[in-house]
Amino acid sequence: MSFRSPLGQARGLGSAREGTAHWVAQRVSAIALIPLTLWFVISMLMLVHADYVTVVNWMHTTWVAVLLVLLVGTVYYHAYLGLQVVIEDYVHDAWLKMSSIILLRFICILLAAAGIFVVLRVAFGG
Amino acid sequence: MAEFTLPRNSRVQEGRTFKAQEGAKNIRRFRVYRYDPDSGQNPRMDTYEVDMDRCGPMVLDALLKIKNEVDSTLTLRRSCREGVCGSCAMNIDGTNTLACTHDTKDIKGDVKIYPLPHMPVIKDLVPDLTHFFAQYATIKPWLQTETPPPDRERLQSKEERAKLDGLYECILCACCTTSCPSWWWNGDRYLGPASLLQAYRWIVDSRDEAAGERLDELQDPFKLYRCHTIMNCTRTCPKGLNPAQAIAEVKKLILEREH
Repeated sequence: MSFRSPLGQARGLGSAREGTAHWVAQRVSAIALIPLTLWFVISMLMLVHADYVTVVNWMHTTWVAVLLVLLVGTVYYHAYLGLQVVIEDYVHDAWLKMSSIILLRFICILLAAAGIFVVLRVAFGG
Repeated sequence: MAEFTLPRNSRVQEGRTFKAQEGAKNIRRFRVYRYDPDSGQNPRMDTYEVDMDRCGPMVLDALLKIKNEVDSTLTLRRSCREGVCGSCAMNIDGTNTLACTHDTKDIKGDVKIYPLPHMPVIKDLVPDLTHFFAQYATIKPWLQTETPPPDRERLQSKEERAKLDGLYECILCACCTTSCPSWWWNGDRYLGPASLLQAYRWIVDSRDEAAGERLDELQDPFKLYRCHTIMNCTRTCPKGLNPAQAIAEVKKLILEREH
């Protein structure tokens, strides 16, 4: 029950004057993922029947390692941005919403760090 | 959280059937949502058989025939009966549209009529549009200027005037906004396609001097960016307008001023 006027309710807490950066980042990361994903899928198809040494040697190549790092980073960045929107859409409890988004950020950073570490380990190591 | 179960009063029951008069040859069945929250009873679907040989072509003609001749308790809004007032917006044959401009011949089978979706129902086909119009008021739908008013009309070039085409025709019937899933889930904060199209209508008006402030007010993760380009708004608009494009133009303008 609220005696706040309809206009007061509609105005709510006003404009955050923010949100454009997120919207742009979601689209730019999506565009970046097009060539990265295409390259990755084609590379995997070409390496389907390759043996272990061939794949490791492939990952030793500088530009391959760089693109793999970029791919892993962009995938998790894009996933974070998208899943954040899903949470904002469907979770309406303010506390649960904020904590879910923070948890999501932690998980995405953790997975991205792990993925990049693995790529670099293979790229630099044996 | 999102609600996945329906409240008790969302279960629609089978209602009464009103047969057509004896001797009617061209009968169409109208299935109409009936709900009176004050009665404490669940909504029901009443069935009215209408003799189309004695009825006008539009869905509104049939509804008014039913109200006048069969069941005067049927409650609906209507005024202009020619698609310029937006009063008779309702969900017909699964689509939000105006009863007065929707031809019954374009519908196959029974004509199913519900109030606009996801709105509190006052009675039968009359939804509560208070919040919808309050949101419209938040975008300040009037000319804002600081320059002292001229002694005559505020002039516009033909090109400037042309920018309002496809926007000024909006009659605020609420078909688009109530068809938008994003507005269903977050209508308390997301402005919805109708208010955003109207906001853009003032932003591109060459006579208005508050475009910057208007964009400031819209730049918000919920007010504007809850639009996920679902396009239900454009598909359902009974005036053939494109609210989704207007929203995209607003996003582009905000981007433009940052670069």
